[in-house]
Amino acid sequence: MRLRRLPLTLAALSVLIVSVFPVYWMVLTAFKPTKDIQADTPTFWPANPTLEHFATAVNADGFGLFWRNSLLVTVSAVLAALVVALLAAFAVARMRWRGRRGFILMVFIAQMAPWEALLISMFIIARDTGMLDKLSMLSLIYFMTTLPFTIVTLRGFLAAIPPELEEAAQMDGASRLVAFRRVVFPLLAPGLMSTSLFGFITAWNEFAFANALIIKNQDDRTLPVWLSSFSNIFGTDWGATMAAATLFMLPVLLIFLLLQRRVTSGFTAGAIKG
Amino acid sequence: MAGLWPYLLVAPTVLGAAYLLLYPLLRSVVISFQHFRTGELIRGGAAFVGLENYQEVLGSDEFWSVVWRTLLWTAVNVAAIMVISTLVALMIARLRKRLRLAVMSGLVLTWATPVLAATTIFQWLFQSRLGVVNWLLATLGLESFRGYPWFADGTSTFVILVVVVVWQSVPFAALTLYAGLTTIPAELYESARIDGATGWQIFRNVTFPILRPLFGLITSLEVIWVFKCFAQIWAISRGGPDGATTTLPVYAYQIAQSLHKYDLGAAISTLTVLILVAALITHLRRMLRHEGDHTKGDQL
Repeated sequence: MRLRRLPLTLAALSVLIVSVFPVYWMVLTAFKPTKDIQADTPTFWPANPTLEHFATAVNADGFGLFWRNSLLVTVSAVLAALVVALLAAFAVARMRWRGRRGFILMVFIAQMAPWEALLISMFIIARDTGMLDKLSMLSLIYFMTTLPFTIVTLRGFLAAIPPELEEAAQMDGASRLVAFRRVVFPLLAPGLMSTSLFGFITAWNEFAFANALIIKNQDDRTLPVWLSSFSNIFGTDWGATMAAATLFMLPVLLIFLLLQRRVTSGFTAGAIKG
Repeated sequence: MAGLWPYLLVAPTVLGAAYLLLYPLLRSVVISFQHFRTGELIRGGAAFVGLENYQEVLGSDEFWSVVWRTLLWTAVNVAAIMVISTLVALMIARLRKRLRLAVMSGLVLTWATPVLAATTIFQWLFQSRLGVVNWLLATLGLESFRGYPWFADGTSTFVILVVVVVWQSVPFAALTLYAGLTTIPAELYESARIDGATGWQIFRNVTFPILRPLFGLITSLEVIWVFKCFAQIWAISRGGPDGATTTLPVYAYQIAQSLHKYDLGAAISTLTVLILVAALITHLRRMLRHEGDHTKGDQL
């Protein structure tokens, strides 16, 4: 019996190695002293870990600035998408109105929008309106890329909360707004949390528009674009390059851990019921 | 007044979509019918030239070689993603709990890796002198890979890009398929096995028909994602060396940003969207027809 399961176990281990090794190698390289990185025979465990590459990455020109830019663009886009999506999701999940089906269809189509094909016209629009090299332009675009997904998931979460709860509160004399804030909002919190975290990841990782729209003003670059030019920044210093990549990935990894632990169940429940 | 509320609530969404999605899309189409180069970008006043840009694009051999390359790129990636994901999903379903959890966590880790982190990591893995892949291949006896410059050759760069995209795409497809597999009742497998069906027959006659909608959905999503993939290619090769990894989105961007032919770039972008829409509509219609046949059969 043991022997019969051997091929399966080997297959599982190879899938595990192929999926984990690249990330492991990034982190390992980031902690390796340069002479170990350049050794003819690589070492596969941290023999003499060092923080020197992280120091190089953090002290690189503009590193703090690009972190701030990325955070600013991402957080503002996600917050705006959350507010706008909450309004729309409420209208879709709780109200009857002409054009509701058409609106839902529009949101689904927008979710499949071919953003990569809009790079050129977006560049020209940004240039015409004086928004080229502006972080606010990126915020707007990321707001729109995350909005459809946010509406769809929030609508799912809202639909899972029985409207009778609000009606009861309204019967007790609360206005619709108060009923929403006191009754629905607390129940919606996990949904808002996981939805915004997914939006955060999308915006944090975005490369094509950040690369196309921030051209002259290099101080306004975001982390992905900065990382893509690692050979200009670090030359052949792979330790520092991998340290920079590790730092860039860190927030996303934390979010995934958080999502897995706390809100995955709520997230799927909400998404399916929608 | 009460009847107005829903419209007020969706107004910000509609306005945002109109200005940030519909307008750029229409603008792109308009530019593709204009003469729009550096001069027009600075001074404005672009003149309409009818179908001239499309004639120029469709008449160039370079465009058609990019189209074929894009189709090859999409076919190779999607085929690899679907086959590997299916095998991985079937494998996960057969694992014992602890190993299953480990494999799934590994896949989630891959999934969580940002695109730009992944491209940077793979450039390091495949680095010619210090890269661990060349070291491994040389140690395994393939001496010709010692110091092999992967990114100097068109074909090998294409291969690495496929590896990056497949590596990043498998987790979503495999985990979704696995979730689908868990919904199939075990009795179906048992009765098939009692009837003496082999593993392949069970997959073809039980698993695949039940999960056909899921397979269809994932395949369509992967086709979209791979076809319009830009960041990975641009970050690793910018379409090079010698245009060997130039797909349609990369080609449109190169023409516009490097050659300042915004009109031709917009025409190529518009054609890209049209090809994508056409491919998806054919696919969706076939899927709907299949579903229709299926339910009709059930009713009989």
